[in-house]
Amino acid sequence: MSKIIDGLYYSESHEFVKVEGDFGYVGITDYAQHELGNVVYVDMPEVDDEVEAGEDFGAVESVKAASDLVSPVSGTVVEVNEALEDEPGLINKDAFENWIIKVELSDKSELDNLMDAEAYKAFIGE
Amino acid sequence: MNYKFFPHTQDDVKQMLDKCGLKSLDELYKDIPEELQFKRDYDLPRAMSEIEVRNFFNDLAMDNTALKCFMGAGVYDHYTPAVVQDIVNRSEFLTSYTPYQAEISQGTLQYIFEYQSMMAELTGMEVSNASMYDGCTATAEAMMMAVSNAKKRNKVLISETVNPFVTRVVLTYAKFHGIDVEFIEQENGVTSRADFEAKVGADDVAGVIVASPNFFGILEDYTGWADFCHEHKTLFIMNCPASALSVIKTPAEWGADIAVGDGQSLGIPMNFGGPYVGYLCTSKKLIRKMPGRIVGATTDADGKRAFVLTLQAREQHIRREKATSNICSNQSLMALFVTVYMSLMGKQGLREVNEISYSNAHYLANQLVKTGKFELEYPDKPFLNEFVVKSTLNIDDLLSWLNQAYAAGVPIDDDKLLMCATETVSKEDIDDLIEAINQFIEEGEEDNNNE
Amino acid sequence: MNNTFYGKLIFELSKEGRKGYSLPENKLAEYKLNDLPDVLKRQEAPCLPEVDEMTVVRHYTNMSNNNFGVDTGFYPLGSCTMKYNPKINEQMCALPEFTGLHPLQDEENVQGALAVYYNLQRSLSELSGLSEFTLNPYAGAHGELTGLMVMRSYHLANENPNRVKVIIPDSAHGTNPASAAVCGLEVVVVKSRPDGTVDVEDLKPLLDENIAGMMMTNPNTLGIFEHNIAEIAKLVHEAGGLMYYDGANLNPMLGKCRPGDLGFDIMHINLHKTFSTPHGGGGPGSGPVGVREGLEKFLPNPRVTREEIADDIYWYHIDDCDDSLGSISGFLGNFGVMMRAYAYILTLGKDEIKNVGPLAVLNANYVKESLKDYYELPLDGVCKHEFVFDGLKDKSTGVTTLDVAKRLLDYGFHAPTIYFPLLFHEAMMIEPPENESKETLDEFIEVMKKIAIEAKENPELVKTAPHNTPVRRLDDTKAALKQIVTYRELLSVDEL
Repeated sequence: MSKIIDGLYYSESHEFVKVEGDFGYVGITDYAQHELGNVVYVDMPEVDDEVEAGEDFGAVESVKAASDLVSPVSGTVVEVNEALEDEPGLINKDAFENWIIKVELSDKSELDNLMDAEAYKAFIGE
Repeated sequence: MNYKFFPHTQDDVKQMLDKCGLKSLDELYKDIPEELQFKRDYDLPRAMSEIEVRNFFNDLAMDNTALKCFMGAGVYDHYTPAVVQDIVNRSEFLTSYTPYQAEISQGTLQYIFEYQSMMAELTGMEVSNASMYDGCTATAEAMMMAVSNAKKRNKVLISETVNPFVTRVVLTYAKFHGIDVEFIEQENGVTSRADFEAKVGADDVAGVIVASPNFFGILEDYTGWADFCHEHKTLFIMNCPASALSVIKTPAEWGADIAVGDGQSLGIPMNFGGPYVGYLCTSKKLIRKMPGRIVGATTDADGKRAFVLTLQAREQHIRREKATSNICSNQSLMALFVTVYMSLMGKQGLREVNEISYSNAHYLANQLVKTGKFELEYPDKPFLNEFVVKSTLNIDDLLSWLNQAYAAGVPIDDDKLLMCATETVSKEDIDDLIEAINQFIEEGEEDNNNE
Repeated sequence: MNNTFYGKLIFELSKEGRKGYSLPENKLAEYKLNDLPDVLKRQEAPCLPEVDEMTVVRHYTNMSNNNFGVDTGFYPLGSCTMKYNPKINEQMCALPEFTGLHPLQDEENVQGALAVYYNLQRSLSELSGLSEFTLNPYAGAHGELTGLMVMRSYHLANENPNRVKVIIPDSAHGTNPASAAVCGLEVVVVKSRPDGTVDVEDLKPLLDENIAGMMMTNPNTLGIFEHNIAEIAKLVHEAGGLMYYDGANLNPMLGKCRPGDLGFDIMHINLHKTFSTPHGGGGPGSGPVGVREGLEKFLPNPRVTREEIADDIYWYHIDDCDDSLGSISGFLGNFGVMMRAYAYILTLGKDEIKNVGPLAVLNANYVKESLKDYYELPLDGVCKHEFVFDGLKDKSTGVTTLDVAKRLLDYGFHAPTIYFPLLFHEAMMIEPPENESKETLDEFIEVMKKIAIEAKENPELVKTAPHNTPVRRLDDTKAALKQIVTYRELLSVDEL
């Protein structure tokens, strides 16, 4: 049974957004890390790159699978989680704690298109 | 139906059909609409016995003429020690599949690891992939790697001194992949520094491809080129024949980001063009952009050191259209070939091969000039085993005169010949060639006198 | 193959001053490589091993003993057609009159080699029903790329630059979309129906004016013959697209069906699958590309052509064509591989080659019928050269397809292709080529049944397999995280 945290926003491609003020922390959900298996690499954008809702911004790789990261929100990347460069397996330890990028949100109304915890729980059938 | 490759007896076929609830082999194809089935006999020769097959190829062999080779242009006649072919022919290597099942493929995985280690040593680079089709396609892959790495740049430069057999493949890949390729001009046989700086300085170039030795055999001086590229966020890509790297300045020493080329010069027979082996080496930082397979070290469940295909999530069977390349094989057996070759030759043997080739080529060049009909096209440029001569003789006629015994070189213009010498020719062979050329000159003079 | 792990690296056998080669004395030593300017010379010698000749021989011989090959045992590998590699082919391709040829030698001196190239090309045409072939591509994926370049060139020549979409079934080999991407084309996926064939209704709306063509393999990766192929080809052609045939699954067609007769316009053939050339642990392969009449001018340069200079006397030429898509290889491809394939075709001849397909298909159906009570068969009915099980029938044991595959290694068989096609979670794709005898298949069937029983009675035994191989299951995650890919790096770490 996957962990789901109340108060976050969820996408159908299994990313989450945790909003703090004008910023959003984006990562993959616990369900997604479980499906992927041991994460061995996270391909991340650079600070100042623009991301757009629905567009790829990187990828997560496990030994035998790879999954594109689709941004649930639009905005500018203000920080990337550099700890993942040395230890990508942190995502398996705690996917919500180990977000991937911090984005300055350009359009907060986009959050309305995402699921809340309850809807996401139903979506993954748990 | 009983044939040496088909073990099925009539009785076997019947029992097997019974198991499937079928009456005839034709029923196995009943789902294919009648009109789409192939009903006649193939228009092919009758089956041949092994004796007939052997005779057939032996007859064809007589339509080929093996010649003393003074030809290079990317393919070099180096000696293959007997051990190499013997090892490569071992059926445990020859008839094995790609080493996906690592537990029963340690032989293959281990030699690929050795191959990667040796290619990294030769080029000086940090990592190597498990090998590629040939040097031409490896260079095209390096170009695509540079563009993918640059993200927003779509232009690659290639020097006019790069082997045209390589360049034409690069241009084909570029055309379809949608990459702009521009040439860097050559001046007196080497890449123009001024043109290079002007074009890279425009800050829209993903990668630059140069060669050393270049197509004309010249060893180019690239001091400062890699730094200039890096200042402009451009990758510096070098194409070099593998064997030469044991003695000439390496791509890593020049500061290159990607080293590519053909490994044929590591003792692989010329094979009328293939199979050869392409190599592609790069820095650790670019490892995930690298096409093709990679073998890495790990441990098994008992903690034993062993080897396995790794970083597969970059590859086509997982990433499909987002893969770094569509390549899904390596030239594994040819990688084994050059690995065994390098194991035998070691650092000293490879050096000696290049020293003898150097001596032979320079002697040949001198003797040609002495005939009075040849001069070096680039007399002030250093070369290793290959050079361009300009001649007052008719090159076509000369080559026809020689071609019962010699592959005397590759004509690159009406009056220019690209010639090469390796350790497989002796001083006597060179003297014989020069004598044959002198005879041609004398005949020509007699003809002139008769006219 | 033996089960004693060897495991040493050649570098670990090296000792300074040993050598494994001999070269003639340099009689021209007055010409010194050392005279090259310092700036052009390598500063430090490469760290290559220094070993004597016999040590090299033993090292690689011992290493080979840790390898499984077709000569060792049966490979039920789906879509890989691991057939026997005849020995006569190896001897013919090693004839020095062929191996000693430089690719740029004068035409006059290579007529025998060009005859092999030309006649193999003609044989493939007859076997596939397509008019002309190039043998230049080095492998199947390279053939796909070349074939797609032909497709693109055709549309460009017809002034249709916007035709950039390639339709690919969701069951296709991963190389198909990857090759399309390298060729600068866009991939559009068409769904499969529950019976595994292309959903024609799903296809129709995809056929617009931007379609370049469609890539298919037939039989598909589930071993099912696409019986709607004529209709699919018609629809794609009416929409202005071309049909591409992925020849990975050509083997069952030999003797029974030709891609050209099914409406395909372009195809590649894997000589290392259908035409018996060895896989060599991953290559060299060869991926000839054939095209329908009218497309041959787009094939890559150089081309080999034939001229009749007297009655039944021919002269072969190496030509370039102006309309060609360009060059995709240094010279004329993997010539050594072509020699083997041609020897194979001559050996079988018209009489025997037609039995290849039916016997391969018989073998596949026999194995399928014998095991379907033990393994989940999602698609029943007659298959072609291969079929797919969706794991064990009894899913309660927790034993996965990977476990079954690894346990097979203990019993001396190679594993099937696993987790492909992606349509099934526990896919296990089995292809027994025509060379395998009923006895071998019976042994395989018995072992597969035994593993199914073990999965119930002693699941741990299967989950921790293999037990009798030179090494046990490997830590893939460690390999990916540590990224130790050279001996130098291996030396730099304290422990793995």
